[in-house]
Amino acid sequence: MKVTTKDVEYIAQLSRLTIPESEMEKFTEQFNQILNYADILNELDTKGIEPTAHVLPLSNVLREDIAVEGVSQEVALSNAPAVHDGGFKVPRVIE
Amino acid sequence: MDLYKSTAHELHEKLVKKEISSVELTNNVYDRIAEVEKDVKAYVTLDKENALAQAAKVDKMIAAGEAIAPLAGIPGAIKDNISTKGLRTTCSSKMLENLNPIYDAHVIKKLRADETIFLGKTNLDEFAMGSTTETSYFGTTHNPWNLDLVPGGSSGGSAATIAAGEAIWSLGSDTGGSIRQPASFTGCVGIKPTYGRVSRYGCVAFASSLDQIGPITRDVTDAATVLNTICGVDPHDSTSLPVDVPDFTKALKQDVKGLKIGLPKEYFGAGLDPKVDAVLKKAIADYEAMGAEIVEVSLPHTEYAVITYYIIAPAEASANLARFDGVRYGYRNMKATSAPEMTTASRTEGFGSEVKRRIMLGTYVLSSGYYDAYYLKAMQVRTLIRKDFEEAFKQCDLLLTPTSPVVAYPIDGKMDPLAIYMLDVCTIPVNLAGLPGISVPAGFADGLPVGMQLIGKLLDEETILRAAYTFEQAHDYHKVMAPLGGK
Repeated sequence: MKVTTKDVEYIAQLSRLTIPESEMEKFTEQFNQILNYADILNELDTKGIEPTAHVLPLSNVLREDIAVEGVSQEVALSNAPAVHDGGFKVPRVIE
Repeated sequence: MDLYKSTAHELHEKLVKKEISSVELTNNVYDRIAEVEKDVKAYVTLDKENALAQAAKVDKMIAAGEAIAPLAGIPGAIKDNISTKGLRTTCSSKMLENLNPIYDAHVIKKLRADETIFLGKTNLDEFAMGSTTETSYFGTTHNPWNLDLVPGGSSGGSAATIAAGEAIWSLGSDTGGSIRQPASFTGCVGIKPTYGRVSRYGCVAFASSLDQIGPITRDVTDAATVLNTICGVDPHDSTSLPVDVPDFTKALKQDVKGLKIGLPKEYFGAGLDPKVDAVLKKAIADYEAMGAEIVEVSLPHTEYAVITYYIIAPAEASANLARFDGVRYGYRNMKATSAPEMTTASRTEGFGSEVKRRIMLGTYVLSSGYYDAYYLKAMQVRTLIRKDFEEAFKQCDLLLTPTSPVVAYPIDGKMDPLAIYMLDVCTIPVNLAGLPGISVPAGFADGLPVGMQLIGKLLDEETILRAAYTFEQAHDYHKVMAPLGGK
């Protein structure tokens, strides 16, 4: 086993997710199934091989520094679940 | 009149000759939707009022003698992960159930400029993560060829609208096969352009180094027509390529003489349904009879592609989906009393299980201690897979493979995630290498459509369109309507 239910709990915490107790075992099993399968990559010697993050030969894409109209405050807030005084409202961050 | 069965290029002729009006056409397609949508469930949202207003506008243009673009007044369907200003865009997720986008995707802007018509937004696997549409928060789409079967995914809704006559053309997105595989399962044409051909601006990001928007249509001519509109550089997407866009319809020549078609032997091995194999063998023989040269090639790292993808795509997804925190838009748990608790509760309640699995897999492979073993390793293997294609293309002009090793399978949710992942084996390597790939109907196995995939060199959509067109014109497979059977 690559990961235990305790590891999965920790990964969930990093991902800002909660896995319910009732699904934990099945979830961990499926997670291990995938990670075990990833072992086949170890058959390949990849020493010195450049990683591909991206297939294009593009790096920096530059443009003239010209100001254009942005999104208005009203429009930016139009999908917010809660708004207060023209800002996004959230519950208390610091106790 | 059954206008809903027609292709965009046929309808364009009829509109220009004033044999039909766009309002008549649009109403005809909505009537068809009213008739079959209860069984197919291809749409998440319909937008009839705006669609008919747009149709009336195009009719006025035609009446005034204005020249119209090939897609003007022709109703299409848009995958619901592509942002449409003012029209709900959900990604088939509870997370975005009520999202009303404040901007248009680049492709939508271009299509609007051509005065086309949007019928509505189509169903997908939640956030495009899946191969069946079963992970949609709004329920599964059914395959018009047999309603008990999956339509494929993740662009299953877009493909089903075409097969069922619920749209004339549609847009999908393809990260690991999500245009080509549903096109194959539903007897449609679907093309994933070269990575960078089409701007990703406004396509809700899943795996940014792999995602690409493309059309699903009834024939190759329509696919080329939609490509003509949606391709091109966009300053909003730093990965959109600053290259000239050819007129893709000019590539549609009924001639494959002298073309070298490579058959990668790894794609015809174990796991390939013998009935699918038989259909493809016949297609290969047809190509040979039409004057193409067939050569066997090898892509030796094919067996490593699926797991490479299922490391890289979730890694990118875990970063992309971090934006859904319940603060600025999307679902929020209103009971949480602190901000961190609100974020965790909103994500836990807003995302379905496949999305959670991929976010966590991605988080794991990127986490300290596992990055080198999984993510870096996968990026190195991605290089090997790219080089396989480079080598193969020294011996041929394009590659021919199955689109999927199987035909459409039952909707029952019984397969485990890894078994479903493995079925993406023919389409995934194409995304990893950034190449263009098209799926075209190649025949039938037990009454179900079989798709043939043609893979081209980087930026060489024209060769695969030409080969696809030549095959299509020599057969009638694309003209057979789905019977809406089963149940």
